[in-house]
Amino acid sequence: MQHKVIDVHDVVLRFAGDSGDGMQLTGTLFANMSAIYGNSLSTFPDYPAEIRAPKGTVAGVSGFQVHIGDHPVNTPGDFCDMLVAMNPAALKANAKWLKRNGMVLVNGNAFDAAGLSKAGLSDNPFEELGITDRTIIVAPITTLTEDSLKDSGLDLPSILKCKNMFTLGMACYIYHRPLEYIYEYIESKFSKKRPEMIAPNKKVVTDGFNYAANLQIEADTYNIAPATLPKGTYRNINGNQALAWGLIAASEKAGLPLFCGSYPITPATGILEELAIHKNLGVKTMQTEDEIAGICSAIGASFAGNLAVTTTSGPGLSLKSEALGLAVMTELPLVVVDVQRAGPCTGMPTKTEQTDLMEVLYGRNGESPLVVIAAHSPSHCFDQAFKAAKIALEHMVPVVLLSEGFLGNGSEPWRIPSMSSYPEIHPRFVEEGRTDFKPFRRDPETLAREWAVPGMKGCEHRIGGLEKTHEGVLSNDPANHELMVRERAEKVERVVSDIPDLTVDGPAEGELAVVGWGGTFGHLLSAVSEVRQEGIEVSRIHFDFINPLPANTFEVLSKFRKILVCELNSGQFATYLRSKFPTLNIVGCNKIQGQNFLVQDITSAIKSQLD
Amino acid sequence: MAKYTQKDFKSDQEVRWCPGCGDYAVLAALQRTLPKVCEEQGIDKEKIVVVSGIGCSSRLPYYMNTYAFHSIHGRATAIATGIKVANPELSVWQASGDGDALAIGGNHFIHAIRRNIDINIMLFNNRIYGMTKGQYSPTSLFGTVTKTSPYGTVEMPFKPGSLVLGAKGSFFARSVDNDLPLCEEIMLRASRHDGTSVMEFRTNCVIFNNGSHADISDKAVKADRTIVLRDGEKMIFGANRDKGIILDGWNLKVVKIGENGITEDDILTHDSHVDNLGLQMMLAEMEGPDFPVALGVIRDVAGRTYETEVAKQCEEVKAKAKIHSVDELLKSGPTWQAE
Repeated sequence: MQHKVIDVHDVVLRFAGDSGDGMQLTGTLFANMSAIYGNSLSTFPDYPAEIRAPKGTVAGVSGFQVHIGDHPVNTPGDFCDMLVAMNPAALKANAKWLKRNGMVLVNGNAFDAAGLSKAGLSDNPFEELGITDRTIIVAPITTLTEDSLKDSGLDLPSILKCKNMFTLGMACYIYHRPLEYIYEYIESKFSKKRPEMIAPNKKVVTDGFNYAANLQIEADTYNIAPATLPKGTYRNINGNQALAWGLIAASEKAGLPLFCGSYPITPATGILEELAIHKNLGVKTMQTEDEIAGICSAIGASFAGNLAVTTTSGPGLSLKSEALGLAVMTELPLVVVDVQRAGPCTGMPTKTEQTDLMEVLYGRNGESPLVVIAAHSPSHCFDQAFKAAKIALEHMVPVVLLSEGFLGNGSEPWRIPSMSSYPEIHPRFVEEGRTDFKPFRRDPETLAREWAVPGMKGCEHRIGGLEKTHEGVLSNDPANHELMVRERAEKVERVVSDIPDLTVDGPAEGELAVVGWGGTFGHLLSAVSEVRQEGIEVSRIHFDFINPLPANTFEVLSKFRKILVCELNSGQFATYLRSKFPTLNIVGCNKIQGQNFLVQDITSAIKSQLD
Repeated sequence: MAKYTQKDFKSDQEVRWCPGCGDYAVLAALQRTLPKVCEEQGIDKEKIVVVSGIGCSSRLPYYMNTYAFHSIHGRATAIATGIKVANPELSVWQASGDGDALAIGGNHFIHAIRRNIDINIMLFNNRIYGMTKGQYSPTSLFGTVTKTSPYGTVEMPFKPGSLVLGAKGSFFARSVDNDLPLCEEIMLRASRHDGTSVMEFRTNCVIFNNGSHADISDKAVKADRTIVLRDGEKMIFGANRDKGIILDGWNLKVVKIGENGITEDDILTHDSHVDNLGLQMMLAEMEGPDFPVALGVIRDVAGRTYETEVAKQCEEVKAKAKIHSVDELLKSGPTWQAE
């Protein structure tokens, strides 16, 4: 068969193998290399909760999907053009994601009787999985890797660990990726600690590349041209890293040290890990004994004058509820990051969801309002973390920033901003020398109180969880309680002056508005562009700010006959919008499978609403 | 002459504990000690922070004219930790009851001790839940009859000293509420100690557990049933100062000086600064009828403190760092240009 080079606009690859097969690294390297090559991209890892589930079983399959294109790419892709399966279990778990005209690359050595039996497959797995019509490349990757490295001096376990690099080499040939970036990565990774690993790793990736070339495999190869991106310096970034950096940026702008008290929890741990690296930028991190100590140490640090943060995921947020109420009551600045995962309870820790919205809005005792904002893409986590800190410090209020497993672990190219383009942050410290400080005296505009921190002379005061007067004196007076409850709520409402108005993608009025919040942004964007290409006119509105809602929310939404709220829960944001604006005609498009939408989920929901 | 007096530390709030409550004594001792702390450490009073959880004793911050934080049940230790890490120059004092520190806040309590963060924990131990009107606490003695244990408790109590020393605490001291000078003495010692200082104050709850420690604090029996440990001094006690403590094999033993050939030379000499957990644990656990209850500073050993190590590591990383601003951070690692 004649081997062709085909130019394509975009391609989706899914690397899958045992959790120990190094598929996350392979996928990340392929993505970073494509980013540097100039493609637009979006990635998402799909990994099991078990660190090492029984080898070769479906439960232990770890996957990494990367979508690259010569045009802006909004999502990691619904289905893949190429599936790399390092064993039968990986093929079985992922075959359903393969496009009709897709290609499969499998490690033939792993498809022996034992491997097939562990995956629960017959001796004709391709037929059983119904993919015989796809292009299937069976390469003996294990033996090829062993051959490649037999003179390397490495022991057999080390050699076998290089299978993923051989596979990466093959993928690089098929998709015309230059190997230079991989060489650089190998050198920087091993140059200090294990320089003896440099040569073998370079050799095995090159041998993989050459094997694919020499094989004259019956597959075509593909070229994906660099995307035309706005001019600038770019980097690849995942949501957890971007979020950590946004917090550090806010600390720099505010001129305050950053304190993060947290307890490790999937999928939020990456933020604490990232912050822990940057002690050089005035960051103090504390891995506390539990979730409650995480938020309480942060509240203490806030009382002492730091920019204080705690990071967590759903179950951890539940544990923090009472202390979050303390932050509401003491009106201290605090940023709480919730990287949502599938619940309830432990749920599905590594799977994404948007199911904590009601909890952050209402999940505390008493009248306990706080600010809630959401990030909509991995790089947007930077901006929203910065914004969360700015609101907290300038309005003296706890702010919950909602991220999602999909965003925290997903990555995309990011045009690196200059810090000069970000606004100043002005913490509400009491003026020096003032001696008439009253803990709950409020700014007439924002209703924010002032911040006096230990060490400031003449401002000694006492705060706590009990209701107090403006003067900071304990009070059970009924009228005072109602006044303070209403003022705390009004203070949150007035944050609206610092949040941008909603914008509409598409016509400002019409039959249907597709509405979303958080990490479904890219999918909704793609879905709306797709249906527009079919001549269907819809508008798209995305909420980055949830409490308070943007000032023009009703004005914007009321221009549409029907509002389709798409979210990864059973209708929490829709319920919230209905409670605020009962006259709107709101319908839901919901998915609760621990996975983001497929673009086609949205396009079919749009079409069925317009039928 | 100290810069401050007791009066400077009194807030304008009316103290609302029950008449006769043991907490008054601890509050007075703190207000009398802090002027000395400020003088010794050369700090102004705005550097003093008092933190508490929930319970009768946790109302203490409202009565202090300092920066103070009355937080939520059990979490004072975690909040105090955050305050101290955020600003190590502050002198942080925590007021917690036996329920606050050892039941709902038990986890934070042991982990503060493990980290050896430099906070001063005043543990008010009245062996009862007073604010909720009389339920048993984790230090209530076996069989204690309360509203939630009408037939007597069927669980063993924590001994705070054993818990602290079991977690390798660096400082543990004990006093009783009717010995104000001793309360002040251990507070001053706690303030000098770098690390987590736990002070157990046996406080009386006149309403729900009256006489909870009368067996050791009543004037008639105190001299025979307690021993005040002081560094370099022989462990001698008793109304007639004729009883002492010796090490007999692996165990402590109370002996009478002058009997069976025992002289003062045979009596143990206290040293809180030596890292001898075994002996200090035995001293902390002494109780009647065979032994006197040990008061004073039982253990006070030097060690690394958490907030100092955190600050030190930050400085070390900063000194070696190549990245000094967020702009530099954003451009670090692999980047590419789009033209």
